[in-house]
Amino acid sequence: MNGHPLTMTVPAGAKRRSAPPAWRKPVLMGAPLVLLLVAFLVFPVGQLLALSVYNGQGFTLAPYAQLFASSLYATVLWITLKISLATTLVSVAAAYPIAYLISVAKGPAKSRLIFWVLLSFWTSFLVRAFAWVVILGRNGVINSTLMSLGIIDRPVDLLYGFGAVLVGMVHAMLPLAVMTMLAVMENIDRTLPRAAGTLGARPGTAFWTVYFPLSLPGVAASAIMVFVSAIGFFIVPALLGGRKETMITQLIIDQVQQTLNWGLAGAISVLLLTVVLIVFVLYDRVFGFASLTGESAAVRNRDTAMRRLGGRVLAALGSASDALIGCLPRRRPASGDRPLALAAFVWLLLVLISLPAFLMIPLSFGKGGLAWPPSGFTLQWYEQLLQSPIWMQALWRSIVVAFGTGLLAMAIGVPAAFLMVRGQMRGKGAMLAFILSPIVVPRMIIAVGMFYVFAQMGLVGTILGLVIGHTVVAVPYVVMTMMAVLRNYDTRLDMAAQSLGARPLAALRHVTFPILGAGMLSSFLFAFATSFDELTISLFSSGGLSATLPKQFWDEVTLQVSPVIAAVSTGLLLFVAALIWVADRLRRRSLAN
Amino acid sequence: MSSSSLSIQGLAKRYGAFVALAPTDLVVADGEFLTLLGPSGSGKTTLLSLLAGLVPPDEGSVHIGSDDVTYAPPYERDIGVVFQNYALFPHMTIEENIAFPLKMRKVPAADAKRRAREALEMVHLPHIAGRYPRELSGGQQQRVALARCMVYKPSIILMDEPLGALDKKLREHMQLEIKRLHREMGTTIVYVTHDQEEAMTMSDRICLMNAGRIEQLGTPADLYFRPRSLFVADFLGESNILPAALRTRVGDEVEIALGGGGVAGRALANGTDLAPGTPVRVMVRPQNLTVARRPQNAASPDALEGRVSDVMVTGSLTKVYMEPLDRNLPPLVAAFPTRNDADAVRIDDVLTLSWSGRDAVVIADTASAGAGAGAGAAGAA
Repeated sequence: MNGHPLTMTVPAGAKRRSAPPAWRKPVLMGAPLVLLLVAFLVFPVGQLLALSVYNGQGFTLAPYAQLFASSLYATVLWITLKISLATTLVSVAAAYPIAYLISVAKGPAKSRLIFWVLLSFWTSFLVRAFAWVVILGRNGVINSTLMSLGIIDRPVDLLYGFGAVLVGMVHAMLPLAVMTMLAVMENIDRTLPRAAGTLGARPGTAFWTVYFPLSLPGVAASAIMVFVSAIGFFIVPALLGGRKETMITQLIIDQVQQTLNWGLAGAISVLLLTVVLIVFVLYDRVFGFASLTGESAAVRNRDTAMRRLGGRVLAALGSASDALIGCLPRRRPASGDRPLALAAFVWLLLVLISLPAFLMIPLSFGKGGLAWPPSGFTLQWYEQLLQSPIWMQALWRSIVVAFGTGLLAMAIGVPAAFLMVRGQMRGKGAMLAFILSPIVVPRMIIAVGMFYVFAQMGLVGTILGLVIGHTVVAVPYVVMTMMAVLRNYDTRLDMAAQSLGARPLAALRHVTFPILGAGMLSSFLFAFATSFDELTISLFSSGGLSATLPKQFWDEVTLQVSPVIAAVSTGLLLFVAALIWVADRLRRRSLAN
Repeated sequence: MSSSSLSIQGLAKRYGAFVALAPTDLVVADGEFLTLLGPSGSGKTTLLSLLAGLVPPDEGSVHIGSDDVTYAPPYERDIGVVFQNYALFPHMTIEENIAFPLKMRKVPAADAKRRAREALEMVHLPHIAGRYPRELSGGQQQRVALARCMVYKPSIILMDEPLGALDKKLREHMQLEIKRLHREMGTTIVYVTHDQEEAMTMSDRICLMNAGRIEQLGTPADLYFRPRSLFVADFLGESNILPAALRTRVGDEVEIALGGGGVAGRALANGTDLAPGTPVRVMVRPQNLTVARRPQNAASPDALEGRVSDVMVTGSLTKVYMEPLDRNLPPLVAAFPTRNDADAVRIDDVLTLSWSGRDAVVIADTASAGAGAGAGAAGAA
């Protein structure tokens, strides 16, 4: 209050000093995340793309000439699309009944179902893919079983083909499909199908004309998530596929790791990115991006020919399934809307997606290596593992990097989530799209671009580099999880705290954070687990010597397969199960208080 | 739709050890407006769900007309349900929502469209056919839900707290609207609410429920003026409930002694047939209590007297709260139309209270006073 006491402008001036400019808070909350993404997503990817038209001397289109000169790249792109599309179709179809059952289940049954989906979700992609090598191999589970039953007398080639890749891909993507779909299904009003029943709709018709259309945004969201993840995936085709199942990401790896042809790597990336962008534009046209974040998608299409046709198809499906149900013997209506057959089918699927990883447990104690069936009992693989400095260093490095990633992603992701949910500003939709872009851009492109930039900055092979790289891909999940949590949070509680005398920070500390604790913990674990299982970025940026656990796993399975892998897999499986269990415990305790 | 009367026998539903509905009998006449009233958890929504076929019963039977529909699925019952949150299909336009039940009944599309438009006109919303539910206000959604239910003329319409989400003014307007539609359509309606005023306004009969059983079934006047149990007396409207002892019976009235025994009074026997000397309760509604200044000459030993503890002018009514001088009696409240001299009564004034014997009723003083209430008066308008 140093102003002149007599002029009218003083109170206004004093007031202005006490109120910070309106733009300061949103900028402070959003800037760190935006800066991170600009520096380590936009810039590296831009660099990589630029490399495809700039070769150090000047503008060139040589990489594209190379790209289109041979039919190899078009063939691989076609294979990639084919595998991704097939993976998407099968995953979504299998995920639907699982997600449906979870959304209608209650209490402990629901927790059990979610546990098994989460266990698969968080079990390392590498462990799951490698498990299929063991199952489908010449001495694998299926061949040994069929031979001992006398059905075949020499091993059948199950591995290294389209079927093996599809199985592995679906296995990798199914949990993601379930979780994405579930977000939408949980928000469908349960009374609507019942209301349809009272209005005269038979169960089949009620499902197809009421429930199914309402669940479509979830189906679409999970389809695009699966498709985009699948198109940038390389673990499964590399481990389970043959030459004919090479996917485009593997070509990028070859260009960077073997031929060091950055220009061609950039050109292939442009190709891949273009495909992804086309898919996304199509998706936005039909469904809108809002459905991706679990928000109830607005029904936009008015009376169109498409819509009428869709309605007729659904009505026909309804009548058909009612006719089918009518053929079954009539029972007294069971309580609840969960037919036994559905539950049995879903549990079968869950066993199928959980079982492969569990097969590693007996193998890790067997003397016979990775051949099925396991024989004898030994702890030698665990001893080898614990005595191996390479594995132990990789484990330690992974834990440090995952913690660092969790903390950094929370530190910059949580404020951004607050801003996205509570802030009132223009361009929020655009900003959200930007924040979520690391999920959209194929991981391989990010990883290669980052490697190029890290190499210039001397960050390759450093913990800091890995933390930054993993944070870029983990932070969208933190923001999404926190946004979902914050949307369910009653902001009046903050106002109540402030009216009771708490300053904003005190309200945050004593009211907001304790209530949001469980949500924040799951965000942290999401980031932690994402980093802990991250392979693509680590593949390049960990350098030759400072491998993380997934990188070490990858080197091991691609160079020489040793039963130590089974011991590592068992360890990872138990670790993930413990993590989910602890998270669930903490969540319950925070709700009980 | 031969006959749309509804009857249940011994219908019961349990969830584990919790009895949601004890074995219950009930008959709803053709064209009747019956309200299921009660506090939350009293079993009214369970009963409605059993009628709709949304949950299967543990025992008992449900008949619509002469058809046994106990285990029939909802879509075979020819009922309509108006849900608490309206349950309009968000992905269909208003017209598609209303035409949905017709489509399910294989009504030709053109015919369905015409009837949907007519239904919209009936609820005074002819211009919104092409909109989606989320584009409507709560009151409009409510009317659309009604229209969707009435368009196929079900023999029975079940309504589950349909006005619960509306504000007071809109709710009162919609009460009249539903009454009008009921009159015009002549449909049987079973209506669930926890709002006793709403139940009084709308119903031919009220079925008051408590703890999974029917406490009393009768016309609004039956329940209001002749409650059979303390629960009923307490639940419907404000009441004064006084401990008393029976003295003698005079026709359908009884003489009673209040409180410590000094004060005499009269009340309707109200169907009770108890021996003199039995302790009972007597209920008098606040507006039936007459208050007067204590006569100048002296205290009258057999008059009920009380000291004013509070006076509230609630608009059209003035309420006077009193502590009876007889310490055995609980606090009382009297209400009378507000006059210009409402402030003439002051705190700490001592007033005498009296009532006509026709305005007080005897209630048996037991917890299970509602036994046999199911056979209550079956009058219908």
